[in-house]
Amino acid sequence: MNNRSGADRAYAVFTTASAAVIPIVVGLVFIALAIAGWPALRQFGTSFITSSAWDPVAGQFGAAPAIYGTLVSSALALLIAGPLALGVALFLVEFAPGWLREPVAFAVELLAAIPSVVYGLWGIFVLVPLLRRYVMPFLADTLHLGNTPLFSGPAYVTSMLAAALILAIMILPYISAVSREVLRAVPRSQREAALALGATRWEMIRDAVLPYARSGLVGGLMLGLGRALGETMAVTMVIGNQHQISASLFAPGYTMASLIANEFSEATTPLHVASLMAVGLLLLVTTFIVNAGARWLVWQTGRSRA
Amino acid sequence: MIPPIEGVAAAVLASAAEPRVQVKDLHAFYGETAIVRGVNLEFRDESVTAIVGPSGCGKSTFLRCLNRMHETVPTAHVTGAVWLDGKDIYGPDEWVVDVRRRIGMVFQRPTPFPTMTVAQNVAAGLRGDITRRSNRRERDAIVRRALERAALWVEVKDRLNQSASALSGGQQQRLCIARALATEPEVLLLDEPTASLDPRSTQKVEELLYELRSQITVVIVTHNLQQAARVSDRSVFFLDGSVIEAGPTDELFTRPRDERTEAYVTGRFG
Amino acid sequence: MSGSHRAVSPNTHNRRRRAINRVVIAITYLFAALTTVPLLAILFYLLVRGASSLSFGFLVHAPKPAGETGGGMGNALVGSVILLVIAALVGLPVGVGAGLRLAERPRTTLSNTVRFLADVLNGLPSIVMGIFAWQLLVRPMHHFSALAGGIALGVMMIPMVARTTEEMLRLVPVSLREAALALGYTRWRTSITVVLRTATGGIVTGALVAIARVAGETAPLLFTAFGNQFWSLSLARPIAALPLQIFNYAIAPYDDWNAQAWAGAIVLLAFVFVISVAARVATRRRHDSAD
Repeated sequence: MNNRSGADRAYAVFTTASAAVIPIVVGLVFIALAIAGWPALRQFGTSFITSSAWDPVAGQFGAAPAIYGTLVSSALALLIAGPLALGVALFLVEFAPGWLREPVAFAVELLAAIPSVVYGLWGIFVLVPLLRRYVMPFLADTLHLGNTPLFSGPAYVTSMLAAALILAIMILPYISAVSREVLRAVPRSQREAALALGATRWEMIRDAVLPYARSGLVGGLMLGLGRALGETMAVTMVIGNQHQISASLFAPGYTMASLIANEFSEATTPLHVASLMAVGLLLLVTTFIVNAGARWLVWQTGRSRA
Repeated sequence: MIPPIEGVAAAVLASAAEPRVQVKDLHAFYGETAIVRGVNLEFRDESVTAIVGPSGCGKSTFLRCLNRMHETVPTAHVTGAVWLDGKDIYGPDEWVVDVRRRIGMVFQRPTPFPTMTVAQNVAAGLRGDITRRSNRRERDAIVRRALERAALWVEVKDRLNQSASALSGGQQQRLCIARALATEPEVLLLDEPTASLDPRSTQKVEELLYELRSQITVVIVTHNLQQAARVSDRSVFFLDGSVIEAGPTDELFTRPRDERTEAYVTGRFG
Repeated sequence: MSGSHRAVSPNTHNRRRRAINRVVIAITYLFAALTTVPLLAILFYLLVRGASSLSFGFLVHAPKPAGETGGGMGNALVGSVILLVIAALVGLPVGVGAGLRLAERPRTTLSNTVRFLADVLNGLPSIVMGIFAWQLLVRPMHHFSALAGGIALGVMMIPMVARTTEEMLRLVPVSLREAALALGYTRWRTSITVVLRTATGGIVTGALVAIARVAGETAPLLFTAFGNQFWSLSLARPIAALPLQIFNYAIAPYDDWNAQAWAGAIVLLAFVFVISVAARVATRRRHDSAD
């Protein structure tokens, strides 16, 4: 009898301890990065976020270009991927004929399985030349957007535009998967109520499905944003890794993640390392908030509604 | 209480009205399985017809064939014809969306749209120019009229801009009835509309159905025989997907011709 | 009894509604088609650019010095295997244990917190996990190591495995567990013999998927395993890994190395895809039989 309860207790301890590892790890990550990055934050204060001067030799570190690049590339990626993902989700849930649904769903899932470095490889050798040779001239000359600040300047090899496009492809399957689940969760009775009122399928979606699923869909978008903010390898391979803030999407830039990836191994001074750690901390806090918010929103639609 | 319509008066009423809906040899399938077999029925204008029968007998499926909701299920299909004012709703020229505007439906559980207000819910079925912002006053008038017909106006007139989810269950169901009535359908179908309501709300719904009898064609599926007796002029007894008997309600209940009908209305099964 | 509003040109308006409906459907078809384009493009270029460099020699040889042609990624393949073994040893027991706890006592505060944080942890940037592992494991030891890389990957696996394990365990009917308890089985014996055995397939699938996902990760290895141009089996030294090698070769200025990067990508992608496909098939079969 004693043996039994001893084994039971050991089992309970093992599983509880294993579960507790997760919040412990989260806490440790915050603490470790905060400790490592503190010297830089203390030295530069708010100018760490606002200054663009990044000069390891002179000991000046301002992360503004990286922050700017992260926000711009992610926002643009979301702008491109969001509607596409919603369209795919609607296709899969509402319109796809049975035989087409599985293959398309599978194809979208495969996109999520491709490692970041493979995206980057493809980005360097296929996407970037494509952009430089066809897309950028098209935007600048044919569409005459070359005079607008967004598309001005020469077509560089690596660019913010390339990064945004690669990010869009990478986050699309995540947004689509969540949107699909959320749309499927809309009760059949709601759809029937709309159809019985004499609605076309689109009107049913517009009036009954989308409003009902709204918060979950927003959660899906936030999840995609969270992914885009932290994406490293593919971005660092196509964005150019330049500490600059440029209005033009054709110009190279930086993101927080690619900055760390690019400079960390060669960081010599402790202040340099600390600055990169501080950037990591910023990235951690940002993605944590976005992911937590996304998770909460998606959870909300999971609960039944009146 | 609602007085049931008695003998001669019922016959006079019944024969005076024209058949609005005619069902000819209707079969309904899910894949290969036939749920509704060879139904021939008529529904008169300005009348309430109750469809009764034990659970699983196909009465709900039959009802859903009347406004082409049956075909929203992937493997479902229908053979036969359903004529509304002489035109087959399954005809090649008919747009199913239009059919459903002319034949409204209320479901067993209230299904207000939770993100819309009371007024928005009632107006949800309106299409066309009436939905333009400039036609707001006309729209409000339609909403009011529909709510009055559904005996809900007085209770919600100060709450039109509140969420529809704030209403009670009985009010929500009447809201759904108002929503269906707002498009001025010629026929209203109700599938066990009071099954999930409390007795007081049930009574209110039955009263409003009694009022509607003089305005449009109402077909109500119910498993509650007393309700059928209270609300309807004519009744149809369904069993295993077929019509066993149809006739004036009081005749069906007090002097049924078929022994299976008698067994059901006297409570021996079902 | 017909409403006046119905008389307002119903046909033109209906035509418009039908047209809009058709346009929306067409757009969704278009978007679905568009999303397959990148996938096909990536697969196509992988094969075109990489197939010629993919040879037996590529799979078994270590890299040649920079600028020389030939050599391969054999050491990176071996290195990845070693890293994944370490990762699995770290991530699987803890992940499955956590999943057991989440599934058995799903509504406690601890479980809710853990579940939430696991999902959030799953979405955190892997570069952050990389510098975290560097701070904790590399900095104090003053050198890069395979162990640090493996542990970084293993820690990333924990929340993935925990959640999939929980999902699979949830599929086991409660009646099964209750029947075992009623027969006098202890709690832990119930879990191990009855529940785990029923859910084993799903848990294994989830574990494989987690392994496949971390197999493709580069960022956590940049500052932990660091990479190695030579054969190395030592846990205390830097070690090569397939994604790291692909990255280094891709950004290098040598054509031969670029071509080898494509070949390496084929190998990596093949590994990840095979596991993903197998997992999907297995999961679908399980869901079908569970209904």
